[in-house]
Amino acid sequence: MSSLAVGSPYDRAFRFYESTVFKKAVMAVTGLILFAFVIGHLIGNLQVYEGPEKMDAYGRFLRIEPVLLWAVRLVLLGAVLLHILMTVQLALLKKKARPIGYVKKDNSHSSYASRTMYWSGPIIAVFIIYHILHLTLGVAQPDGFEEGHPYANLVRGFQNPAVSSFYILAMILLCLHLYHGVFSMFQSLGANHPIYTPLLRKFAAGIAIAIAIGYISIPVSVLAGWLH
Amino acid sequence: MKLTLHIWRQRSPTAKGQMVRYDVPDVSPDMSFLEMLDVVNEGLILKGEEPIAFEHDCREGICGSCGFMINGVAHGPSRGTAVCQLHMRQYKDGDVLFVEPFRARAFPLLKDLAVDRRALDRIITAGGYISVRTGSAPEGNVIPVPKEKAELAMDAAACIGCGACVAACPNASAALFTGAKITHLGLLPQGQAERDQRAKKMVAQANVEVFGNCTNIGECEAVCPKEIKIEVIARMNRDYLKAAWKNRESYRDDDPVELALSRGKP
Ligand code: FES
Repeated sequence: MSSLAVGSPYDRAFRFYESTVFKKAVMAVTGLILFAFVIGHLIGNLQVYEGPEKMDAYGRFLRIEPVLLWAVRLVLLGAVLLHILMTVQLALLKKKARPIGYVKKDNSHSSYASRTMYWSGPIIAVFIIYHILHLTLGVAQPDGFEEGHPYANLVRGFQNPAVSSFYILAMILLCLHLYHGVFSMFQSLGANHPIYTPLLRKFAAGIAIAIAIGYISIPVSVLAGWLH
Repeated sequence: MKLTLHIWRQRSPTAKGQMVRYDVPDVSPDMSFLEMLDVVNEGLILKGEEPIAFEHDCREGICGSCGFMINGVAHGPSRGTAVCQLHMRQYKDGDVLFVEPFRARAFPLLKDLAVDRRALDRIITAGGYISVRTGSAPEGNVIPVPKEKAELAMDAAACIGCGACVAACPNASAALFTGAKITHLGLLPQGQAERDQRAKKMVAQANVEVFGNCTNIGECEAVCPKEIKIEVIARMNRDYLKAAWKNRESYRDDDPVELALSRGKP
């Protein structure tokens, strides 16, 4: 056994799970899980364009097997919590690592999306809570929530311009978050390649924009009266 | 040309510092930035004032001694150069320049623009080496090294350890530096024996020094005087995670004496 005191900074630094690299790997893996969810959730919800029967049937389909549903929910919840926990720890370290800032600092070499992760993330987190209260639990639905009728709830919810605006704002931030996140998760897990990484960046931009457009189309269609 | 400089002045590590304005009347475009500071310092000395402290040695971009921020950019506006290679022709008459030291908790300020960057040396001490029998030079081609790998290793080895990556990083992370060292040895056959340990030890040391974490945003590669790419950071992450996976002992299987030696600070 070592002569170093257990619990000293050195001792701690040698545990993998205490290291910055490991924490970023956790962010990457949890980010990947959430990215997969965002895609799956979008594909499912685009069925809103196929009418109320299809949409409500999809809602029932998700609830056929409660054990499975809850398993997925728990994985997602765990991923969100770990993702946030790592962010908080790393943000605290960031503050500690530069106690005295610059009078003038130019950060123009990095992307806007990458520099605003600490903003887009928390706002998206607030949105997720609101979104669950709104369309899953129905408690944040001002004028009547009908259990088992996702189509009607969705249309009624989005007819409120304030609700739709917040939703659209959150999706724009999600787009930014994913643009940096999808590239970043590969980098954090150790994958960077002179040919494939530039392609990955293009893919990240494309998928982030596609996801945002897909989600934003729903409240826009409701407000425009195409979905009713 | 005439320039206005705002330079961080701080007498000692514990003294309170502040930005001080200097009007420099006739700057020649042929001067280097450091020569311009030399001229300012001569004037200060003649006036009986304390000259501005800044580090420098080779003044040709190979030693890594120089380095400070100019208008918020480490080593100033030109790409792929250290501040000693920056020429005043980059600027025009009437420019206002903010000159500040590199800022990081791991780089304690010594005086004015000079900071203590020995934390980087301690990261190297922790694992930036290979164990070989020294003595007379071996025959060059005993160990075959593919040309591409040799070149990539040399690209990473170009790191002069100036600390600009840390200074530019919003998180004050030393990931580009550490990644460069890990890449430089990890690509070569001679570096394989200690590859896992190297990643573990160097990352651990960087954490002990309280450098921040990398958020993959790439401010570092933009200011690196040797234009080292963040690909080296991915390689560091890869080596580290692989070492974590392969580790068959408890979390730490390192020699405590060695650890104590490489530990610069309590
Ligand atoms: S003085 Fe040697 S790199 Fe600038």
